[in-house]
Amino acid sequence: MMGSENQGFEDARLYASKEEMESLVLGDPSRSSYANSDYRSAMSNSLPDSHHPLSPPILATPADSDPLLAPPPPPSSSYPELRNPSSHDSSSYIEPPSYADVIFSPFDGDSSSEINGVDSPSPSSDSPVSFSRSSSSGTEYIKITVSNPQKEQEVTNSIVPGGNTYVTYLVTTRTNIPEFGGPEFSVRRRFRDVVTLSDRLAESYRGFFIPPRPDKSVVESQVMQKQEFVEQRRVALEKYLRRLAAHPIIKKSDELRVFLQVQGKLPLPTSTDVASRMLDGAVKLPKQLLSESVVAPHEVVQPAKGGRDLLRLFKELKQSVANDWGGSKPPAVEEDKEFLEKKERMHDMEQQLSNASQQAESLVKAQQDMGETMGELGLAFIKLTKFENEEAVFNSQRSRAADMKNLATAAVKASRFYRELNLHTVKHLDTLHEYLGLMLAVHGAFSDRTSALLTVQTLLSELSSFKSRAEKLEAASSKIFGGDKSRIRKMEELRETIRVTEDAKNVAIREYERIKENNRTELERLDKERHADFLNMLKGFVVNQVGYAEKIANVWGKVAEETSAYARESS
Amino acid sequence: MDYPTHPLFLSLSFSAQIPTSSSSLSNYQRSVELTELQSLLLTLPHEQSLRHRFCPQPPPSPACSESPPGTTPNRSGSRADRMWTEQQRSPSGSSQSPRSPPAQPYLSVSVTDPVKLGNGVQAYISYRVIAKTNLPEYQGPEKIVIRRYSDFVWLHDRLFESYKGIFIPPLPEKSAVEKFRFSAEFIEMRRQALDIFVNRIASHHELRQSDDLRTFLQVDEEVMERLRSYETGLFKKPADLMQIFKDVQSKVSDVVLGKEKPVEESHPDYEKMKHYIFELENHLAEAQKQAYRLVKRHRELGKSLSDFGKAVKLLGACEENALGKAFSELGAKSELVSIKLQKEATELLMHFEEPLKDYVRAVQSIKATIAERGTAFRQQCELAETIKLKEINLDKLMLTRSDKVREAEIEYRELKGESEEAVRRFETIVRRMSEEMVHFQEQKTTDMGVAFHEFAKGQARLANGIADAWRSLLPKLEACSV
Repeated sequence: MMGSENQGFEDARLYASKEEMESLVLGDPSRSSYANSDYRSAMSNSLPDSHHPLSPPILATPADSDPLLAPPPPPSSSYPELRNPSSHDSSSYIEPPSYADVIFSPFDGDSSSEINGVDSPSPSSDSPVSFSRSSSSGTEYIKITVSNPQKEQEVTNSIVPGGNTYVTYLVTTRTNIPEFGGPEFSVRRRFRDVVTLSDRLAESYRGFFIPPRPDKSVVESQVMQKQEFVEQRRVALEKYLRRLAAHPIIKKSDELRVFLQVQGKLPLPTSTDVASRMLDGAVKLPKQLLSESVVAPHEVVQPAKGGRDLLRLFKELKQSVANDWGGSKPPAVEEDKEFLEKKERMHDMEQQLSNASQQAESLVKAQQDMGETMGELGLAFIKLTKFENEEAVFNSQRSRAADMKNLATAAVKASRFYRELNLHTVKHLDTLHEYLGLMLAVHGAFSDRTSALLTVQTLLSELSSFKSRAEKLEAASSKIFGGDKSRIRKMEELRETIRVTEDAKNVAIREYERIKENNRTELERLDKERHADFLNMLKGFVVNQVGYAEKIANVWGKVAEETSAYARESS
Repeated sequence: MDYPTHPLFLSLSFSAQIPTSSSSLSNYQRSVELTELQSLLLTLPHEQSLRHRFCPQPPPSPACSESPPGTTPNRSGSRADRMWTEQQRSPSGSSQSPRSPPAQPYLSVSVTDPVKLGNGVQAYISYRVIAKTNLPEYQGPEKIVIRRYSDFVWLHDRLFESYKGIFIPPLPEKSAVEKFRFSAEFIEMRRQALDIFVNRIASHHELRQSDDLRTFLQVDEEVMERLRSYETGLFKKPADLMQIFKDVQSKVSDVVLGKEKPVEESHPDYEKMKHYIFELENHLAEAQKQAYRLVKRHRELGKSLSDFGKAVKLLGACEENALGKAFSELGAKSELVSIKLQKEATELLMHFEEPLKDYVRAVQSIKATIAERGTAFRQQCELAETIKLKEINLDKLMLTRSDKVREAEIEYRELKGESEEAVRRFETIVRRMSEEMVHFQEQKTTDMGVAFHEFAKGQARLANGIADAWRSLLPKLEACSV
């Protein structure tokens, strides 16, 4: 049923070329680079079909199934009944896909129509609350902790023996927001659930600066089981969830609430369900009713995606090429000068941020090195002091040893201060990294806008071509008096198409306007918050530098005083 | 015990009882004990004066080094004072007779104005060496000569040959990586080290009497060059090789001084001292290494801060209003602090790392002396052995009333003289070393004290500077947040 020829082919190609890429056996560069880009676009889709009720979760072979590491699995063709039907025929003769493959395998729009999870409501774009990220309004708070990672066994039998464990984390939330209906609750979630959450948010909150989710690490499957990896991921997850909770809109989202609160399996749909996202009364029409070139109105609120609607993707691509070449003026252009300016500014800022955060990193490293070397110097002198005391024959040696001890102690103290200073510096300058990360979200929001605009443009140009076709048809039919049946039928069809496209266009324009508004309010919010955060960072950094420099100055000032006899003597 | 006559007494009694090497050893031990005791006696009452006397030359401040040659009397004046007090107080002082009060003897030297001469591989740095003195042995109150590094090496090697047992002040390293050989920093550091080197000689109670020093400070460049090439051409390998040879020699003697050689001093105190020196070198090398790394860390932090400052300024340009200004001010301060760090790094290098390095070199110079002492000891023992054989031979000849008796007797007498000479040489080394050791410890305590003081002062200055720089930003940041 869902294993359409098309998708099967897609899958096969993806897996096959992944295979090439990773094993580097067949080095066809063009092919592997294609696979790479495909992999990426798949990633943005990230709609795992593994949670499809019909497919056994086994497909999500975790961790160890990395083709490079895993022991050669039994030929999957011998377990055909275990395979997801959609990928069965394609990947049966190659190794089973890795965890990452599965999670990010391209998604066929048709297949998801049957699995409707929770309706994801459209965000209320009219009343975005804006408050500072750092000092989120004294009254409302959400405090999220991620803790207690636990290894768990995949429930179903696996084709890769022993390779089906994953890690869940305890996500604890404390809040006073009434919508949550309780001050404290916790759930167990795994990384895949976080991926789902971020996908759902990306769909529902187009145009918002949604904090980016932690990356899947490339070496994941090799180190997944390692303690430090789990800890790293725990920290990253906690940071991510806290950022979400700090976002004025997202924090109130049903998606987040469900993620944080609903016990057991995450009820969010793991794949987009277009039917669940019907907007503004647009009716879903059976596809076969429309001429194949028409985009259903409810779909225009989503960007065209690889496996789902190739034709639309192709059309929009054509449109964007046409835009680029400037040959034909697109029917609707980005005319918001202020926005374009802001976009430009954001671009600049991103570059400067990336530069600054890099420099901050090397500054922190230099500061760390300074502290360490100071400590080592202290240690060397402590050893020397001990040695001189042991070997002392003359009093001069003893007094020298005493001087050395002073110096050594001070050096060790200073070293400690340097290290503390560095810890704080890291904390403060982390704001730069944070904002650099946020720039990704800004990109996402801007590209939401661009793709929405592209959809509008495409629909507009389609509409005009339909209309001109209709005019021609009408002109032709008016010449032949009485007309013939087929022409009239054609006219009818065309009118219907125009009507549907018109609807779609209106929906698309509304969506575009909505995203524009979201962009605008988010930019405003970002500016405000950034001002506060950066100021805090600067203050923290400077106060910290002053404080520790004073402490260090004190330490050395004392030594300088103690040794001042020498200065007088030698001058 | 009357010190000045003591060495003579000691060497006499020693040479009188030298029949066998084994007895000479035990004898030596006794003599060493005496010497140690003596030095202890010496140390206690004169601690103050000694400390004063062996005060190092103050590391010339940059201001000083830049000043023209004519403006140094201040410094030399104070140095002369110190030397004069030394003369007055020290009973063990040089053979120089006390002079009448009005003419306080002084000899002060400054090494200035490094100039690069020659091209390519032949290129070298020459220095202006200015000697000011009222010593009658010198031609006049002030003499300026031009010297290059190898001339200093010549002086060092000559002194090392003629003053066995004295820890000859160490020279700065010969070799530098080609890239840095003519860097301003290297040249300045070497200039400073050479200045210290020659002034240490000039203030050493025995070394300052040296003819070689007088030659070095007074003769024309041509003469100096002839002397240098004569020396290196006839007796020695070229200077570079000599240096290498010496290094190897001292390294070999490290091994040799161990247990392999049968003829070796085995006095526990001396053993302890040797052990101390060898261990000390390692400890100091470690400390010096860390000090050098600290200099580098200062520079790196400075570099990072200035880069950070630039990045922050650029970031500030993306921000409007007061925040943007705050960013650019933070950037400016970062660059300011960076400059402070760079400056302090240089100070650290000159006044902390360099004295530590000098300390290491001084220890190496002691090691060279230890090697010399070993050689002298062996010579003395070998001669004693030969004399014993000759004595037996002579007795035999006397018994047989051979006509060779006369001849043998002459030979025996000559040998006897040589042996006594060898014993005296060795004794001198022993005496000088125990004196020098006290001085060395005193001097290093002061040197290090000064270095520590400079270090602490510099760090405090730096930290205060940093604190001030950042603090001045705070009101502006406060103003921003309103």
